[in-house]
Amino acid sequence: MGRILSEYGIYLLEALGKTLLLALLGLFFGCIIGVVFGLLSVVKSKVCNWISLVYVNIIRGIPMIVLALFVYIGVPYAFKNFFGTRVMLTSLAAGTICLAVNCGAYMSEIIRAGIQAIDPGQMEAARSLGLPYWKSMFRVVLPQAIKNMVPSIVNQFIITLKDTSILSVIGFPELVNKGQNIIARTFMSFQTWIIVGVMYLFVILVLQWVAKMLERRLNRGR
Amino acid sequence: MADNRNVKIHVENLQKSFGKHKVLTGITTDIHEGEVVVVIGPSGGGKSTFLRCINRLEEISSGTVIVDGYDVSSKKTDINKMRENVGMVFQHFNLFANLNVLGNLMLAPTELKKANKQEAKEEALKMLDMVGLLEKAEAFPHQLSGGQKQRVAIARALCMHPDIMLFDEPTSALDPEMVGEVLAVMKELAKKGMTMVVVTHEMGFARDVADRVLFIADGIIVEEGTPEQIFQNPQNQRTIDFLNCVL
Ligand SMILES: Nc1ncnc2c1ncn2[C@@H]1O[C@H](COP(=O)(O)OP(=O)(O)O)[C@@H](O)[C@H]1O
Ligand SMILES: [Mg+2]
Repeated sequence: MGRILSEYGIYLLEALGKTLLLALLGLFFGCIIGVVFGLLSVVKSKVCNWISLVYVNIIRGIPMIVLALFVYIGVPYAFKNFFGTRVMLTSLAAGTICLAVNCGAYMSEIIRAGIQAIDPGQMEAARSLGLPYWKSMFRVVLPQAIKNMVPSIVNQFIITLKDTSILSVIGFPELVNKGQNIIARTFMSFQTWIIVGVMYLFVILVLQWVAKMLERRLNRGR
Repeated sequence: MADNRNVKIHVENLQKSFGKHKVLTGITTDIHEGEVVVVIGPSGGGKSTFLRCINRLEEISSGTVIVDGYDVSSKKTDINKMRENVGMVFQHFNLFANLNVLGNLMLAPTELKKANKQEAKEEALKMLDMVGLLEKAEAFPHQLSGGQKQRVAIARALCMHPDIMLFDEPTSALDPEMVGEVLAVMKELAKKGMTMVVVTHEMGFARDVADRVLFIADGIIVEEGTPEQIFQNPQNQRTIDFLNCVL
């Protein structure tokens, strides 16, 4: 274990950095997608609700590993065969797309449920004062909904962080991918996976701690 | 009734269905400036729906509703502009849980550019004083009693300087000892000449304050008249039965 740490420590830290970068990118775009589709699912428009429903159900129904291979290998292959054009996606770009699309679907559900849990009377009271729908949504409904959503959002962050490991299959140099490389050279799989596991655990514990502080601050406001 | 006063709310053959369920089957009435109209009737009769059609919290199915010159029944009407002029008070208060009392009162005036922060705050404090809750300006809704919440809700509506106030059973969710404080604020408003439509089971309030009482059941106005006519000398059997139950 000491040998791996001394020889490959920097290498693993770099991989951790890539993992975090991918997770942050995925979460960032995932949150945007989640907010958009979450709102689409609560507005008073059958078409919008339906679009959101279809998106969420498709993504929920497909394992991310399939999505990853499809985006990274399937789509460029199709472009080459049918259009004769070479589309190259870096593994970071493909990984970000997969994570964001996946995380976005689950965030959308969290946001929909969070908004629907708020008493409709809040929206009605705001509208009755002459506030337009979106002003009422952003100033009255969402602030209350977000407070309730924080635990689910943190949970989703953790899942997305761990989901980055799936993207080792498309060769993105994150922790699992690099761990496999180390094992190929050293044959020390027991030690390597323990180290990799502890690294994930550490990041997630820190994330949970930050979330706790945030929650406490939000609750102090009321 | 002084019919030469301005008509503030004109309702003609208003009908409202939820799916197949016909809730309002043809309501016609005119409400004049400064008039206090109390709506009574059995539960499920359509009183709330009637009130909510006036500020289009419910889309009307057919008929005409004109409020303060705004045609509520027309899709083209700027409904938000109309609502600025029509305050509504709900049975369950519906104070914004994420904002304190001042925040509740200042949100709409500042967001809708009726006033800058400073003006909105002064106005809010004035309204809080009027409902006797100046010391609660910084409190959050969950720290208030039911009666206090409802008085804040009234103050919140008044901060928009509405011409018309709608009340949907404002005291029904209150403990009995708090009903009086809310009714007192409403009486004060009536005295100042506010046009009011009040759905309530407080027959005492109807008797003392109403210019006119509407008895609504099964989606129509079964009977209407002055409080004396309705309470002392009701004509319709349904009105008589209802009053026998509640009085
Ligand atoms: N949003 C709605 N969807 C379906 N039915 C409704 C809705 N709102 C009210 N109703 C029905 O309309 C009828 C009248 O309701 P309401 O206007 O609340 O009566 P009241 O206020 O006189 O008790 C009731 O039968 C109620 O079930
Ligand atoms: Mg009702």
